[in-house]
Amino acid sequence: MTETTVKVKQNKSATQRRLIPSYIFLVIWSFISVFPLYWMITAATNTSVEVARGKIIFGTYAAKNFQHLLAAEPLWRNLANSFKYSIVQTVLCLLICSLAGFGFELYHDKAKDKLFGILLLAMMVPQVATMIPLFRMISKMHLLNTVWAFILPSISTPFMIMMFRQNSRNFPIDIMEAARLDGLNEFQIFYRMYMPVMRSTYAAAAVITFMNAWNSYMWPKVVMNTDTSAQTMPMLIANLAAGYTVDYGMLMMGVLFCSVPTMIIFFILQKQFAEGITGAVK
Amino acid sequence: MNKKEKSVLWKQHAAGWVFLTPATILIAWLSFYPMIQALFMSFKTGSSARMKWASPFFYNYARMFKDKLFITSLKNTFLYLIVEVPIMLILAILLAQILNNKDLRFKGLFRTMVFLPCATSLVSYSLIFKSLFATQGLINTIFVNLGIFKENFNFLGTPWTAKLIIIIALIWRWTGYNMVFYLAGLQNIEYSVYEAAKIDGANGWQTFWGITVPLLKPVIVMTFIMSINGTLQLFDESVNLTGGGPANSTITMSHYIYNNSFGQGVANFGYASALSFIVFIMVAILAWINMKVGDTRD
Repeated sequence: MTETTVKVKQNKSATQRRLIPSYIFLVIWSFISVFPLYWMITAATNTSVEVARGKIIFGTYAAKNFQHLLAAEPLWRNLANSFKYSIVQTVLCLLICSLAGFGFELYHDKAKDKLFGILLLAMMVPQVATMIPLFRMISKMHLLNTVWAFILPSISTPFMIMMFRQNSRNFPIDIMEAARLDGLNEFQIFYRMYMPVMRSTYAAAAVITFMNAWNSYMWPKVVMNTDTSAQTMPMLIANLAAGYTVDYGMLMMGVLFCSVPTMIIFFILQKQFAEGITGAVK
Repeated sequence: MNKKEKSVLWKQHAAGWVFLTPATILIAWLSFYPMIQALFMSFKTGSSARMKWASPFFYNYARMFKDKLFITSLKNTFLYLIVEVPIMLILAILLAQILNNKDLRFKGLFRTMVFLPCATSLVSYSLIFKSLFATQGLINTIFVNLGIFKENFNFLGTPWTAKLIIIIALIWRWTGYNMVFYLAGLQNIEYSVYEAAKIDGANGWQTFWGITVPLLKPVIVMTFIMSINGTLQLFDESVNLTGGGPANSTITMSHYIYNNSFGQGVANFGYASALSFIVFIMVAILAWINMKVGDTRD
């Protein structure tokens, strides 16, 4: 070993030593972050009594909890509903908002910038404020308990438009001219060039939109109230917990089914998600 | 410029407008229009089918100042806002700063774990916390076994601990989310800026306040607005973690508005609209203050 490599090594271990407080803080926070979820999974495998007694290792009662859950609530139906609503909402929201972000940034002029400023004001409109008029509107259109009732208020959001607009700044505008010379029209530029180039933005937007759709609770509670066959996963687990005596094992099995889809999606798209957010805050 | 070129340019111009039309129409139709309807409705009384103008005109607005439950929900919401948002954002910045260090190992693993709570739904984590802090729950078992408590304590049945648990739960759920935005902001800052500060002899604290915070300012303002907006609209936690209880001592404004319009068999649409308009005004004012504060430091 030469003298310089020894020095580099010593430097490295010195840096790592200085980072010890950082590691401690990170380990503690990671534990706090992960433990409730770990506990949720173990509780799904134990009996209600074992859960109450404080057992935090995996048990053998998972199958029974699952059977009880199936007997108590229409798990598959609500799961299918949640997937249906969330996928439709994600696809439509991404299409509509990316078109708008593309238009606002790459064709921008004074009028469009002004319009964008006005649309941003919608960010301040709270959900509870539009809830009653929207409910009446959707009720008049006879769309209660349908996928449209679920998705309509959320398929065009100022946040998503802003995200696509910000990220569009990285889109090389020169290739648009080249594409036009090659005879592509504006729509072809959008779906043949813009969409592939903006992959990571789409991934980040998809993660956020899917999670928001999957997790939404108040709005479906309003528009899916009269038909239980249209209800979603969060509504199902809220029902499970509403009784006087709660079977914790079964409840956590339900919570597990409600949490796994969003976690899987996050794990798959994690890298693109981070890239998309980085572009958005530039 | 000949005719053909003109028509090409016109087409491009028109295309720009075509692209943003669907989004614009939807926002106008499903956000601005209902907002105006809510304003009108807030001056009306009666059940949903037959609403008439209230007399006196400001009846619904006058009513809320005498409504003790509304005042409670207002106080609760602001308590959550004032205590939770600063703690959460400071933790998030701290975590982002630590995770941005290029010498740190297992960065990806730590980042994933810190973000993980955000992948759980609001109802899910509310129920997890409800179960953990139940009278027969894990936290009680641990505290009793360690001898800290003599007997099981009813966390969710005691007003101040119930509020505290909502705050703890909120911090748990949202810190990682905000951390992602800060981390993204930090990664957009050139590393050379920090090198230069180091050469000038700045210590970690000075670098943080002199470089990181000013450069992150737009992101900080954004996360502040998002958090204020989210906290003023808290609903899922109030409904599922504490049920607004004990005796409505933890109820939030959104929960109370819901109870007045769709829950508990009453359809007080006029009064609920007036309440929701107050929420809107508060969100708007706080967002505006935030943007102003963000501006003046430039």
